[in-house]
Amino acid sequence: MITATINGNVVEIPEGTSILDAAKRLAIKIPVLCKHPDLDHTAACGICVVRNKSNGRMLRACCTPVEAGMDLLTHDPEIVGVRRTILELMMSKHPNECLTCGRSGDCELQTLCQDFGIRREELPNITPDLPKDCSTGTIELDPRKCISCGRCVQVCQDKQNVWALSFLDRGIDTRIATAGDIPLNESPCVSCGQCSAHCPTGAIVEHDESGIVWDKLQDPDAICVVQIAPAVRVAIGEAFGFAPGANLTGKTYAALRQMGFKYVFDTNFGADLTILEEASEFVERFANGKGELPLITSCCPAWVDFMEKYHSDMIGHFSSCKSPHEMVGALAKTYFCERNNLDPKKVFMVSIMPCTAKKMEIKRNEDMASSGMQDVDVSLTTRELARMIKQAGIDFAWIPESQPDHLLGAYSGAGTIFGATGGVMEAALRTAVHMVTGEKLGKVEFEATRGLKGIKEATLNVAGHEVRIAIAHGLGNVEMVVNKVREAKAKGEPLPYHFIEVMACPGGCVGGGGQPYGVTDEVRLARAKGLYSEDTAGVWRNSHENPYIQELYRTYLDKPLSEKSHHLLHTHYKVRPTYQR
Amino acid sequence: MKPEEITIKAQARAAEQQAYAFRLFCCDSTGCISSGAISIQDALNEELAAAGAAEKVEVVPTGCMGLCSLGPLIRVSRQGTSEDVLFKEVTVDSARTLIKDYIAPQLNGGVPELGELAKFILPLDIPFFKKQIKIVLANAGLVDPERLDDYLARDGYVAASKVLTSMSPDQVLAEIRDSGLRGRGGAGFPTATKWGIARNAVGDNKIIICNGDEGDPGAYMDRCVLESDPHAVIEGMMIGAFAMGANQGIFYIRAEYPLAVERVEKAIKDARKAGLLGKAILGTSFNFDCEIRLGAGAFVCGEETALIASIEGKRGTPRPRPPFPAIKGLWNQPTCINNVETLANIARIIIKGGKWYASMGTEKSKGTKVFALTGKLKNSGLVEVPMGMTLREVVFDVGGGSGSGTPIKAIQTGGPSGGLIPAEHFDTPISYEHLQQLGSIMGSGGLIVMDEDDSVVDIARFYLDFTVDESCGKCAPCRIGGKQLLLLLDKIREGKGSEADVTMIKRVALAMQKGSLCGLGQTAPNPVLSGLRYFREEFDERLNCKDGAKGGCSCGHDSPCKAN
Repeated sequence: MITATINGNVVEIPEGTSILDAAKRLAIKIPVLCKHPDLDHTAACGICVVRNKSNGRMLRACCTPVEAGMDLLTHDPEIVGVRRTILELMMSKHPNECLTCGRSGDCELQTLCQDFGIRREELPNITPDLPKDCSTGTIELDPRKCISCGRCVQVCQDKQNVWALSFLDRGIDTRIATAGDIPLNESPCVSCGQCSAHCPTGAIVEHDESGIVWDKLQDPDAICVVQIAPAVRVAIGEAFGFAPGANLTGKTYAALRQMGFKYVFDTNFGADLTILEEASEFVERFANGKGELPLITSCCPAWVDFMEKYHSDMIGHFSSCKSPHEMVGALAKTYFCERNNLDPKKVFMVSIMPCTAKKMEIKRNEDMASSGMQDVDVSLTTRELARMIKQAGIDFAWIPESQPDHLLGAYSGAGTIFGATGGVMEAALRTAVHMVTGEKLGKVEFEATRGLKGIKEATLNVAGHEVRIAIAHGLGNVEMVVNKVREAKAKGEPLPYHFIEVMACPGGCVGGGGQPYGVTDEVRLARAKGLYSEDTAGVWRNSHENPYIQELYRTYLDKPLSEKSHHLLHTHYKVRPTYQR
Repeated sequence: MKPEEITIKAQARAAEQQAYAFRLFCCDSTGCISSGAISIQDALNEELAAAGAAEKVEVVPTGCMGLCSLGPLIRVSRQGTSEDVLFKEVTVDSARTLIKDYIAPQLNGGVPELGELAKFILPLDIPFFKKQIKIVLANAGLVDPERLDDYLARDGYVAASKVLTSMSPDQVLAEIRDSGLRGRGGAGFPTATKWGIARNAVGDNKIIICNGDEGDPGAYMDRCVLESDPHAVIEGMMIGAFAMGANQGIFYIRAEYPLAVERVEKAIKDARKAGLLGKAILGTSFNFDCEIRLGAGAFVCGEETALIASIEGKRGTPRPRPPFPAIKGLWNQPTCINNVETLANIARIIIKGGKWYASMGTEKSKGTKVFALTGKLKNSGLVEVPMGMTLREVVFDVGGGSGSGTPIKAIQTGGPSGGLIPAEHFDTPISYEHLQQLGSIMGSGGLIVMDEDDSVVDIARFYLDFTVDESCGKCAPCRIGGKQLLLLLDKIREGKGSEADVTMIKRVALAMQKGSLCGLGQTAPNPVLSGLRYFREEFDERLNCKDGAKGGCSCGHDSPCKAN
């Protein structure tokens, strides 16, 4: 530990602590635009300058470690003046389009400009006329609004290992773009949306499709149905002043009903169904030797896309299960319609997801139209839903809770924890044990699957068998896990794992690219905690205990992995080129 | 090679040189080559062959002799006399005459007929030469840079031999510390301290890099050193590597310097062949080898961390320090980056001693400094002067004063990172500290002289345009600040500016100085600020140029407003 003085107050900190973090301990807020708590400093904005009193020099708080005995000053008129000028410089190369920007009201640049009282544009605006990239239909890139903070590039390259985004050109012409300046949809981009979640401005935002949904909600012929993903319920509240992790499932159902949705389902039901199918797949491969091990989860579309582009030799290991919202989509237009005598052609299925990649997934291949039409018509992010609730004039804090509609609404605790990293694994293990032993688990928690460690490995005793598992979240953590599998296969050694769960986003879906802004590990943990609490409090802890799942199999699907299940609930994969040309 | 072989080879070459009746040193540096040096050498050789004197006269292609504005230069050295004769502005024709009328008669025991040649003779006792002290450039113009034995004959690799066989790394560091040598790239960080940090850093594969990414407009010191005496730089690197415990050396040279690259490449190859690079050098346990990496010409890649990024194949942008490269640099190894000129000093310091070196210069700036002297001067070229010499001596004695007859107004030191120094401050001694006090910097050695015909506003714009173009774009203050400064300056130049624009210039400049990540952005406003500091009236003239559009400006400069 070392001590230093900041604004006259002594602070004791571990060696290597940045000035920024040391000041935080003294409740001193130093403004930053480029540094994100998830990421290494990029040192790109210069707004965090502070003064070293011993020599008068200004240092960047984000990237300068405190030295023992340092005497620092974080605010004086000159420091604040420099920060203001830098902000004005940024604003001079930023379109003055706040009112029509996707980030208005929730923009780090806008907030700082407010804080610094920037009221005039004294410098000429030199924003270049660059085209937007809307090619993916999932995220939209507006390089004019980019302040070159480098967060997206760092998250895309270092955290996600996707390498779709990079800087192009130099000097005043520096901009974010794909390598070779090709459209994003021809690049390795997997639409995980982590760039949008980390962007401080409106340079990268989700492709907003709420307009289509509003139109359908007005269409008297349309039967609008909706489902919400596990992670949405514990994050949506952040847009309405609730703390991260507050479980607002009932309020979200109610808001959706008030907006005009005829039927409100829950993706958690689909999660339970996924578990029945996937656990069966695992038991088939593990106990009966049918298919390749390890089994790798497939409910994350960004991961699926990444695998098809970068790790296509793993296709044989992939679970053929569709992701839960696709299962609900397919059943809504078949099972649900048949049972309720509805015309599936009139059904308009909207899924509310924490995810930008789901927007791409709904058109991934022909399996996404297993009902004979597109199973999920539109996928909205949590952020889009929050805005729609506001547009509908719904007072979210006060709206009374509602219940989901049957047959696709009830869920178990195993379904709800899908939203956190390790949740799918834990849920699947609960059911797999039951499938092998036929017994009810005494203790359902598998603690080894929980938490934010990038790669979680464990050897578990599942009904007397040794099961080796690995859980990776954040695509940057995948490589090591799959390489271990490759290596063992090549050498003919025992497999390092039997079962692997991968989620593209750090923290799993609670940290999804479509979630409310401002995500940090603290927020991810709080959101996950909200899901685990719901699991603990629930009546059913195991997917196979969900009576509506039992009913579905009894009356419609027959059994997991049946022919009908395969038709409606499973998909296939193909090798995709990393670059489309 | 064993240490004694160095002496044997050196003596053999010296004997060979002495056997010639005449040696003709022909500047074969990029500058003189562009004015025909190669065909001049061909002509010399042809004439010598025709006169049957090829074996008595050696034509030695050399590096830069310094007085570039009067090149191509040929220095004639006659065996047995100490007085060389220098011929300037040589052409193919005058080269032929030189052999026929000057050399050939002397070979035959006759008296040379100078005739027309007389006007090509440049006295060697003019202040341009006499006021210089050559340490870094000691061999430039006197050795064939492509011949290892030429270098050996001038005490080449003697220092390395001494270091490897009889000195400890600490003794080397002490010698360099005594010399007071500071980094010649511009920042002036004490070389011994830098080496000491790298020596104490923990790492298996320490690396020494020679920074040859010279980029200041008008500066070509490093190019000339690499072209003229590549072995001196290799030897300096080897000694540095020994002192810090590095075994790998990398020359980072910009690709726009093909001749420097070619000569360094040959020097490395020759040194390797002679056992001066590689394993167990000079029979000791020391291993060291060098390689070359080319820079793509981005000015910012002269900055240490950007240079490292560039070698690693990444975008050439600086990163914050700490960690300093000496602790964690190229490929995460402790990396010491020294400028070409810094390294070229080392061997001489080892041979003559740190105290000898420190006897030159000022209290805190020791030794000599090489400058590329350009602009409105009589004598333009590459000079090496002792620290502490006044700017006046450099401009008026070495440089010969105004070349145009128009009075000299100011000089710019430190290139685009430096500032203007007006004539009234010309009695300031050259040192890191003194130049900084005047609001400029030593920089790497660009020294551009302006006369009263030059507009300070235009000069400031020129440099700013350069740094804006060369900004890597990573950090906002430099990326956007530079561009906005340029726009503000243009507004003033066009006669459309106001006092508020001058205030804004100062405000943006402050943000750039305080908020930029690397030296490029921090110093980019210097030319503008020093212009405002010393020549405010020239800005005011443009501000008050209300009828600029009608061409009524009285500022006397060829400004954009007059074009309208």
